[in-house]
Amino acid sequence: MQRYIVMRAGQSIIALLILSMIIFALGRFTGDPIILLLPQEASQETEDAIRAHYGLDQPWPVQYWKFISNAARFEFGVSIKSKRPVMDLIGPKVMNSLRLGLAGMVITLVIGIPLGVLAAVKRDTFFDGGAKLIAILGQSLPQFWVGIMLIQFFTVQLDLLPAAGTGGITHYIMPAFTLGWWVAAAVMRLLRSSMLDALDGEYIKMARIKGLPEYRIVWKHTFKNALIPVLTFAGTYLATFITGAILVETVFAWPGLGRLVYDSIIWRDFPVLQTLVMMIAAVVITVNLAVDIAYAYIDPRIRYN
Amino acid sequence: MATTSTALAGRTAFRERGRQAAETLKRAPLIPMAIIIIVVFTATFAPLLTPHSTTQPSLADRLTPPVWQEGGSWENPLGTDALGRDLATRLMYGGRVSMLVALFTLAIGGGIGTAIGLVSGYFGGKVDAICMRSADSTLAFPIILFAILLVVAVGPNLANVVVAIALVLWARYARVVRGEVLALKERDFIARARVAGCSHLRILLFHLFPNTVNTLLVLLTLQVGWVIIVEASLSFLGAGIPPPTPAWGSMVSDGREYVDTAWWVSAIPGLAIMLTVVAFNLFGDWLRDTLDPKLRQV
Repeated sequence: MQRYIVMRAGQSIIALLILSMIIFALGRFTGDPIILLLPQEASQETEDAIRAHYGLDQPWPVQYWKFISNAARFEFGVSIKSKRPVMDLIGPKVMNSLRLGLAGMVITLVIGIPLGVLAAVKRDTFFDGGAKLIAILGQSLPQFWVGIMLIQFFTVQLDLLPAAGTGGITHYIMPAFTLGWWVAAAVMRLLRSSMLDALDGEYIKMARIKGLPEYRIVWKHTFKNALIPVLTFAGTYLATFITGAILVETVFAWPGLGRLVYDSIIWRDFPVLQTLVMMIAAVVITVNLAVDIAYAYIDPRIRYN
Repeated sequence: MATTSTALAGRTAFRERGRQAAETLKRAPLIPMAIIIIVVFTATFAPLLTPHSTTQPSLADRLTPPVWQEGGSWENPLGTDALGRDLATRLMYGGRVSMLVALFTLAIGGGIGTAIGLVSGYFGGKVDAICMRSADSTLAFPIILFAILLVVAVGPNLANVVVAIALVLWARYARVVRGEVLALKERDFIARARVAGCSHLRILLFHLFPNTVNTLLVLLTLQVGWVIIVEASLSFLGAGIPPPTPAWGSMVSDGREYVDTAWWVSAIPGLAIMLTVVAFNLFGDWLRDTLDPKLRQV
């Protein structure tokens, strides 16, 4: 077990290092950073002096080492747009994004789990059909467009909900729904098929023979087992959530990290963007690591694979 | 007597086959297929189908509503955008971008992924471990971020969008093809090919690869919708094909400022995305059920 954890953790660190190299290389692609720092009429001496000051005259491996040792201390340079340290821009937005993410997750669970179970239990009925429709739409509707159409309907037509920004609970409804239902459709589809598999199991027949009430068979015996394959995809869902958050925060002008990603595209603000990508990658990789380790505890077969 | 019965059996079998084929065709999703044909056709022949320009502004006609609404005309059947450009025309040319991106990413990403999947499954061991670990890491990473990073660093154009999406797409093909190869390589015909002295390369190309074609075809169709959505999301965020070239995602974005006065500017390109993606998904589902039912879980 310990060997497995050490191995998986090692893999995660390698993944993060590879990503940091890619980002470093892309950073050099954006052109010589010196051009951004210098006035146009600067002489060769000034340029050399500044180059030396920022360590840009050093060989690449040395520059890369400096890059990751700074990254480890959360120093990611200065934003091109606002000229402030990147971390000052990111810090205040973290909580906003977390709050929206949490609200979206609640929506996902509230829609995805009951519908997935219902579709499997009432197979080939009206519910199953409805669930299938939602799953198809969930895969095919572009999230950003759903957001705009919601604004069109609930803000412009009915004047019920605020279209943008943060504030009271009403500000959460549309963004959280847009963010959550995308993953809800995926959760629902997977839960339906794993529920159907689990309902076929011998132990379910046994439970039926014992005369257990149906709700106990469904929720206790089947649902718990059916949830395992769904949890396997936790990492993938997280990735989907982050992608969604960028689009949703852009549509609803939500002052979070996703909106910051959008701003840094518009301003071609590479220092901000590289920091966000590094941070998000670190979170994604850590969550995946945690899921894998939790799994190895639950299911010993995984360790020997 | 015996010959008659064989002939009869042969005829029944023939009829049975014909009946099955007819049955399969009857269940073919006609509406999705029609949508796909329309999108591909209008995207290919866009310059011949419309008298309008995609980029030339015509401020006198700005925000004309679609023909079925008051103030609309057949001149611009789907209305115009804020610069007075014909939406139907931009929709057709936007379809071009979507189709081109889908074509290139699936060819490149699918090709690389298939190659890696074949090698990974066939040789196993360390090669397999490294390939599959990389595939898993790729799949768990929010692809859009990587694409955005690439585009901001190198600049937005068709090639970069294609590269960014293909860099993520390969992983899905690698995983599925590897799974197929793992099952196939235990079969007798592979062992016999080896006994007959076939090289590894020959076995991979002429014995294993042809047996994965059905699966690949299904997977390719099912991924078209996904690629269209990712491309649209990128161009919505301003990290796709740069304006004034029309792309469905940036067209939705253009309409954001006019949700209260001109709903059609955002709504119509979004509907085009949705219909196209639904069509490709339903068509892919049908193809899977017909060619390769065991892929159901993918």
